[in-house]
This record gives sequence, structure tokens and C-alpha cells, in this order.
Amino acid sequence: MIDKFSPTIAEALQGIPDAATVLLGGFGAVGQANLLIEGLLETGVSNLTIVANNAGYGTVGLARLLKAGRVRKLICSYPRIVGSTIFEELYSAGKLELELVPQGTLAERMRAAGAGIPAFYTPTGANTLLSKGKETRDYAGLLHVLEQALPGDVALIEAWEADRWGNLTYREAGRNFNPVCAMAARLTIAQTQHVRELGELNPEHIVTPGIFVDRVVHVPCGDPVG
Amino acid sequence: MKQTEWTPLDRNAIARRVAQDIPEGWYVNLGIGVPTLVADNVPPDREVVFHAENGILGIGPAPEPGKVNPWLINAGKQHITLVSGGAYFHHADSFSMIRGRHLDLCVLGAYEVSAGGDLANWARSSHDTAPAVGGAMDLAVGANRVWVAMQHVTKEGAPRLVERCSYPLTTMSCVKRIYTDLAVIDVTPQGFAVREIIEGLSFEALQDMTGAPLMRPDPA
Repeated sequence: MIDKFSPTIAEALQGIPDAATVLLGGFGAVGQANLLIEGLLETGVSNLTIVANNAGYGTVGLARLLKAGRVRKLICSYPRIVGSTIFEELYSAGKLELELVPQGTLAERMRAAGAGIPAFYTPTGANTLLSKGKETRDYAGLLHVLEQALPGDVALIEAWEADRWGNLTYREAGRNFNPVCAMAARLTIAQTQHVRELGELNPEHIVTPGIFVDRVVHVPCGDPVG
Repeated sequence: MKQTEWTPLDRNAIARRVAQDIPEGWYVNLGIGVPTLVADNVPPDREVVFHAENGILGIGPAPEPGKVNPWLINAGKQHITLVSGGAYFHHADSFSMIRGRHLDLCVLGAYEVSAGGDLANWARSSHDTAPAVGGAMDLAVGANRVWVAMQHVTKEGAPRLVERCSYPLTTMSCVKRIYTDLAVIDVTPQGFAVREIIEGLSFEALQDMTGAPLMRPDPA
């Protein structure tokens, strides 16, 4: 019997090595797997590369991981949001490497990794500071930048519902990067607000099929705050 | 400063002027700041579908106090509502809509726009203390039309419509039209072409506040 549920966050996070590249779903405070991210802190891993749209806020989730000095590098589109003070302190003190990526390129680099595409050309970022040093090529008279796929060793995502095969649904704006991260990592771990019996989820409504998900942990943490 | 007989448009009036030009049926993404105000200025009987980078088509009005849905935010992280017919999707699909040229229009704020339509709206310098780009470059490249809504000059009075952008570029040659608190200006192959000036302001005075040559409005 396939059962991807882990009884605890600690068990769901077993085996993540130092220096791992970790993809985080979430946009602002919505759809962030904050309890998995904080669980990562408990495992003691360090020297991480974190891929996320934002660089955390307040003192929860990613902000806690940053504050504890576990992150070497951040690959991010919009690190500076209201409440991202821990990121700002570390970055201005030179304690954190930042790779800034246009948001669509960030999503597409992960999608490409999940789809077996090693790199792709896009006009986004051409002739800007963010394409410095990258290979470029003209298509139809427009300059394009070669962008590399961005695979993760691990993805930490938040779902609304999950069954034991790892089929997932999301809630409203909580979907965001989560399905994209799920397909781009070798080990995808989901925290879910609700557990459903196998067959209970309408197959037409499953957003992330279980093939992209390795472990699930039930974390009924309630509404996003922030 | 000399006596003026004109009043610049306030933020909401700029947004209202932009909204006038958006026809029914367009799919539109609105940037942060003045552009966000455009949605509330589209007449309710005109169906325009607003897109948010974080996976939403069909953004509705801001929620009434006490009826906030904590799961429903826009790209500016503000709480929103969804209209009937709205849809949710993930980030790669959302940016496929943007980068795949499916949006009719994107309205963005800007620090500067050049006479060639270059847009600078993501960083104030190449040594920004905490740079953030978000979806600005994707939108500027991918939307079928890019309009800018902004103040005509900086707080210090320096022009924001310039020959060449001094701030880091978001995208080259992408802006088609600029709505400021003083005028509506098209970016044409020949440069900035004035379409409208606010009441009481002369073409010459507008030119004085602009960092590149303006072409006079078509008398027709």
C-alpha cells in the first residue's frame, strides 16, 4: 500500500543534507510551508541554498532559518517586502549571497527542471543588469537570454488537501509556486491542512498529482497570518 | 516659482484617465501603486479581466471590512476579492500568460521612461541596498501593450520622461503610452507625442518639465 504520510514533521524531513538546494513554495504569507521550514531548522542542516519568491517576513519560517545563519545563498525574485527585516540585515552585512531572478524566469526555471528542459531562451531580462554574463541570442530580431533550469534537492510546499498517494489541492492564492516547486525537486515534501481518503478528491480537481510528491505531513495550521 | 493656473491630477484621477482607455474584453495586469487604482475606476458594466502574477484572473474590488479572506491576495500582497468567472492557477501558468503574450495590457509605475520607450522601474541604482525585481521584467517584455502611470516629475522636480534612462533598465523599447499627472503621451518611433495636456497647462510649460523633445498634439 502506498502511504506517503509521515507521522511527524521531523520524520518527513529525514535525510536532507547540508548544502542542499531547497525550493520553497509560497507568495507573501500565503501558501508557505512555514512549519516544514522551521522543522528544517531543528534538523540542524546548514549552508543551504534557498529558492523562494520572497525572503521571509517577521520571525517565522524562512526568516527564522535566515536568522539562524543556515542559509548561504538565496535565489529570489522579490526579497524586500514589508517585514523582511532579517533578510535586509543579513544582506546589507554581506552575510548572504543573493541571486536576483525575474519572477517569471524563476517559475520557468523550476518548471523546466521538472520537465527535463536543461535551459531555455527568454527575452525577459535582456539588456539589463540581471542578464550580465549570460549567453544571449537573437530570435526574430529580439535579444533573448539563456536561462538554466533550477532543480531542487528538496521542495517544501503547502497544500490544502492531500491523500495518501500525495495527490494535492491548494486553496485560492495559496497555489502560487507550490505545484512548480513540487515538480522541480528530487524530494518533495508537502504539509497539508486537510487529509482526504484515497478516492475522495475529485480527479478533475487534483492540481499536483502524487507522482510529484514524496512525503506528506498533516499540519492543520490554519489561515495565513502576515 | 511662477503662478500656475493648473492643478496636476491626483493619483486617483490619473488612474481614472487610464481606465477610460481600457475597452471591454481586455485581460489586464496592474502594477503596484497608481496602476492598482485603475481597477476601481473601470465602470462596473464594462467587463475587463484583471490578472495577478500570483495566479489569479478576475480580481474584484477590495474586500469590505470584516470580510477579508486571508488566502486571497494580489501581487502587492493586498487582500482582494474574486469576481464571478475568476480562476486560480500556479505561477508557471501565470507567467505563461504574461510571457506568452496573452495579456492585452500591463499598466506599470516607473522611475523613468525614455523617448525610445525604455522602462526603468525596478531599481534606483546598480548598488541597490536590497534589490527586488518581481514580475516587472516579465510584464514589460511579455504584455502586448505596456502603459506607464506615474508623476511627470520627481519630488525634486526632475523630469521622469527622459532621452536616456539613468536608472537600471527593466526592459528596452517596451512602453507605448504614459499617463502622468500632467499629460497623456504616446511613445512613437519619432519620440514622445503629446495626446492630451491638463487644462490650463501650456505645451511649452509641459516641455520645460520633460527631459526629451515633445511633439505637439495632433489638432485633429
